[in-house]
Amino acid sequence: MTDAAGATPPVATEAGAAAPAAERGPGEAHRHHVHAAVGETKVHVQGLNFWYGDFNALTDITVDIKSRAVTAFIGPSGCGKSTFLRCMNRMNDLIPGTRVEGTMLLDGADIYGPGVDPVDLRRRVGMIFQQPNPFPQSIYDNVAYGPRLQGLKRKADLDAIVEESLRRANLWKEVKDILGRGGLTLSGGQQQRLCIARVLAVQPEVLLMDEPCSAIDPTSVQKIEDLMAEIKDEVTIVIVTHNMQQAARVSDFTAFFLQEVAGEPAVLVEYGRTSEIFTSPSDKRTEDYITGRFG
Amino acid sequence: MSTTDTSSSVARGTLRLVSRETQVKEWLLASVFFACAFVAVLAVALIFAFVGWKAWPIFSEVGISEFLFGRVWASSEELYGILPLIQGSFVVTLGALVIGTPLAVGTAVFLSEIASPGVRAVVRPAVELLAGIPSVVYGFFGVVVVRPIVGDLTGGIGFGPLTAWVILAIMIVPTIAALSEDALRSIPMGIREASYAMGATTWQTIRKVVVPAAKIGIIDAIILGMGRAIGETMAVLMLVGNAPQFFAGIGQPISTLTSQIVMDMGYSTGTHRTALFGMAAILFLISMGLVLTVRLVSRLRD
Repeated sequence: MTDAAGATPPVATEAGAAAPAAERGPGEAHRHHVHAAVGETKVHVQGLNFWYGDFNALTDITVDIKSRAVTAFIGPSGCGKSTFLRCMNRMNDLIPGTRVEGTMLLDGADIYGPGVDPVDLRRRVGMIFQQPNPFPQSIYDNVAYGPRLQGLKRKADLDAIVEESLRRANLWKEVKDILGRGGLTLSGGQQQRLCIARVLAVQPEVLLMDEPCSAIDPTSVQKIEDLMAEIKDEVTIVIVTHNMQQAARVSDFTAFFLQEVAGEPAVLVEYGRTSEIFTSPSDKRTEDYITGRFG
Repeated sequence: MSTTDTSSSVARGTLRLVSRETQVKEWLLASVFFACAFVAVLAVALIFAFVGWKAWPIFSEVGISEFLFGRVWASSEELYGILPLIQGSFVVTLGALVIGTPLAVGTAVFLSEIASPGVRAVVRPAVELLAGIPSVVYGFFGVVVVRPIVGDLTGGIGFGPLTAWVILAIMIVPTIAALSEDALRSIPMGIREASYAMGATTWQTIRKVVVPAAKIGIIDAIILGMGRAIGETMAVLMLVGNAPQFFAGIGQPISTLTSQIVMDMGYSTGTHRTALFGMAAILFLISMGLVLTVRLVSRLRD
């Protein structure tokens, strides 16, 4: 895989956790919330605070994101879900005046540790955005972008990666004869799957999805939810969504974020297995949100 | 939905008609704006017609091929071949583009992709200010500062293409930089984010995503910079040496269409004068060709 793989030897127990996961058929798993085979902690977050300038957007977030599972972040608009997601691959570094405090570990290594290269981190923690954002290049070049960045040049290797990534993104059948066509000529939903293929081509360990389905057609939503179920045995997925049904359908774990007073920092109200959050939430605010009383 | 307004107390079921006054005002305004736009079109048409009319004799008497492809320009001997001047214009323009384009596009990339808002607030006005310096000042700067250096380098007095290139390159930087920067900034932020999120560095993002996406806009900017360079007169006149001969070296004097027109305008008569108008017509056509090219290139983008 990437040169980064050598730096972090896999935790011994992960191998054990992978075995039962492999026994499940790829499509079988989704729509069931409880798995015996969720992995170890992939991202450990302890007492995280985030500032935009003087504004404390997130306060004291503590959560363990499990590997080989789908974790959904839900909550009303402006409650910091996306901000938190963007902390996990340091995309917020690109916004001047932002600051992070607290602990965030990827496989035990401090994401915000001194000297950590955000570029290398982002190869391991990929991201899908709300608006599909393919490059104004061909479909092929879009998917080959990441591997080429890493120095891959051989046509045969690239061809193989492009095909495999498009297959995993549930897009291959639709585009296999038009790989030279511009990525922007595809429909919105296809563009989003192209973006997913582009990320999968660099084989990230974690995939962050920031409302990936809110701007696209229902058919593509279905295909994206299917592919999430298929790839979660290999990739840890964190998805921000406003769609409660989607969270219930696709995720194993759910975290509910809430900013109770405008201008005050958002908090993580409740985190747990999706089945429990949606059937018997322990916090009244979670219950109110899930049953549609606000938000 | 109050119907009790007494000032417009019309019977229910009818709608008030547009007043005569409003109609007239609307019509007047539309006419004023049309007139403004029409002046520009009229000016172009008139200048073109005037130049064509004045230039006609050189085409009919001397002949188009004799005029365009004649190798000697010597008005005292009634030889009006402008090939050396056309060559001079292109030599000066292309050299300026070769030096100026990397400078300008580099500036645009810096302003759009790299500079912090504070740095940008200083650099951008400075670049824009370059466009506000009168060309005679550029020419003067060229004569006093650049020419001696070029003279030392080339073993002459320094009037010639190289001096003109350096100054003209600086003169076209604001045109190309401003338009290229617009093109770069029009690229959606999401594309950059996507690239960074793939683990690309800033340099990789600029080189492989942002600049290719803005390519057409940058090409437009370069063509418009070329138009600026080929039409530049005063600075070129002061620097190229004004010898109507073929390019013989970066330190050897040449002449261009624009500078030759200015040199000869004051004293020319008869055929000589019509030849100057003929040169103006050629310049006009070249500029028009550049504008058309920009339009064609822009259409490629859509």
